[in-house]
Amino acid sequence: MSSAPLLLVDSACKAFGGVQALSECSVGVEEGTIAGLIGPNGSGKTTLFNVATGYERVDRGEIYFSGRRITRASPDRVFALGLGRTFQLTRIFSRLSVMENMLVASQAGRRGLRSLCTRAGSPGERRRALELLEFVGIARLASKPAGSLSYGQRKLLELAYVLVADPAVILLDEPAGGVNPSLINHIADRIRELNRQGKTFFVVEHNMEFVMSLCHQVTVMHQGTAILTGPPSTVRSDPRVLDAYLGGALEEDPGDGPEGQDGAGSL
Amino acid sequence: MKVTALVQGGRQARSPAADMEEPWQQERRARGAWAAGVAALLAIAIAFPWVFTNPTTTSIGVFTLIYMAAATAWNSFAGYSGYIPLGHAVFFGSGAYTLVIAAQDLHIRGGYTVFALVPLAGAVAVAVAVPFGLVALRTRRHTFVVITIAIFFIFQLMAFNLGITQGSSGIPAPTPTWPAATFNDRFYYVALAILVVAAAFSWGIRRSRFGLQLLAIRDDEDRALSLGVRVSRVKLTAFALSALPVGMVGAVWAYFIGQVYPQFAFDPLFDISVALMAFLGGLGTVSGPLLGALILEPLQQYFTLQFSSNALYLVVYGALFLVVILLLPRGIIPTVRDRVASWRERRSGSTALASGPDAAGGVLSSEMAGGGVAGAAGGGAVSPPGPSGPAVRRG
Repeated sequence: MSSAPLLLVDSACKAFGGVQALSECSVGVEEGTIAGLIGPNGSGKTTLFNVATGYERVDRGEIYFSGRRITRASPDRVFALGLGRTFQLTRIFSRLSVMENMLVASQAGRRGLRSLCTRAGSPGERRRALELLEFVGIARLASKPAGSLSYGQRKLLELAYVLVADPAVILLDEPAGGVNPSLINHIADRIRELNRQGKTFFVVEHNMEFVMSLCHQVTVMHQGTAILTGPPSTVRSDPRVLDAYLGGALEEDPGDGPEGQDGAGSL
Repeated sequence: MKVTALVQGGRQARSPAADMEEPWQQERRARGAWAAGVAALLAIAIAFPWVFTNPTTTSIGVFTLIYMAAATAWNSFAGYSGYIPLGHAVFFGSGAYTLVIAAQDLHIRGGYTVFALVPLAGAVAVAVAVPFGLVALRTRRHTFVVITIAIFFIFQLMAFNLGITQGSSGIPAPTPTWPAATFNDRFYYVALAILVVAAAFSWGIRRSRFGLQLLAIRDDEDRALSLGVRVSRVKLTAFALSALPVGMVGAVWAYFIGQVYPQFAFDPLFDISVALMAFLGGLGTVSGPLLGALILEPLQQYFTLQFSSNALYLVVYGALFLVVILLLPRGIIPTVRDRVASWRERRSGSTALASGPDAAGGVLSSEMAGGGVAGAAGGGAVSPPGPSGPAVRRG
């Protein structure tokens, strides 16, 4: 890593009771790249996302975003700084319409009493929201209640409404999880397109094909620590990783990784 | 479902930009008819004491307006945020005590001057709501409900025991010297004014940026947080604002009944009534709590007058609560709205087959189901229109 990464998690430690979810975990995401994060279940990937976006506080360590320390920032502050995220189990506002979902992120900017007197969604905001819906391909559903969307459409909506506020970095927690193959390609395609436009991505995913074809850099986590970072080709062929994760993951069920194996962790 | 697909198909053919223009224009056209409907209902409300001059009737009118305003205010927090507080009687009681204590201390004897204390009562209620909210809003869901009840009982106990409230002997309100025949009318119009403000407020919040943040909190608070919504601030603001009209009607109530006792000013049944009114009419709609209060409060007054037994209306309340849960779990307004929407979709679907993209029905119905910004004009009737009201105005 030559220049300072746009997002840097530095020696983060986080324990839940006796479980050490993160231990001395350091990961950096370079500006303009698509970075991947893989590892078996329970290796601390989602915890890493949570501490980076303010949902959990680290016990030790620091988090920097574009040179600024955000270790103790709240989620709304983190988002305002330009770090957006999606959730593993897709979370949308199911009783609002798709369009209203899109508008939520642009409402928070105005403070106090003015937000009480201003109508939600200016024509400009609506136009922008519609462009983004068109970009992900669900513009025709704009007036539908978000609760009526399919799982894949919800994934797309979640991606779209994070984009509304134009964050510099987007953390995607399993964007391809539970989604049919053609939609996976569509999502990957959209991520690449956004990346071409300058967005930086950090992606947690169990689908190895997806990660390896999409990401410029892949970080492997095991037992709360980042054990390896490198381009997909290197990571794919690295014997440690192959033994510990991909061997099991590529053949069969990506979810039930070799939790009990400790080969890679000892390296 | 097939019909929906057809309607959707028709709309797909056009550009999405045109799609979005549609609800706006639709709304603009509906706005005239809608404003006329509200004005007509308001005119009825204003004319009511002239037509029904019997003091018993106007007295029921005053209580009904008080509860309509309170239920609307309660709903402007509870319905939009999804938090169910059962402690708004604290604000009602605070408003009531503010009026009688201030009138006593300022030696106001009666007449219209006392009404000048009503805004003060509202301000005190808001001042009470801020620390109340700071504590209670740290919790969610069931815990929040229980905490608000607990805080409510703390206030009731304080009213019984503090010197300033003069304990269980209560404090008399100033006695106005108005003629008996039109005595109630003054209270009626003041309560009506507060109701109009509360309803306008509820409607305004619903379509505002602030309101969309509240609705987002209702659906998924943590997700809203990660989209930059400052949830603590938004919740507290909504909670404090909802206390304002409640404190004001509490003051009017105190002046109207003439004596404030702790057990009536801080009455747990107030909370249950207000919540039940909102649930019956439709939680989270503008018109629902108005309709709910319009049904329940006269009913309660009628039972109290007719059988002079407080217990009977409680039995009716309990029974009604069960009926609402069993038959109308979402309340009258949303249920009726959905019925009308599906009826319309069927009808517009058959015309869409013949005449292409007559998609208005499809657009509107989906918005009715979702509620919200684009459909806000439809979603919110300021005055109780009766079950078929919103449907008629949409046309």
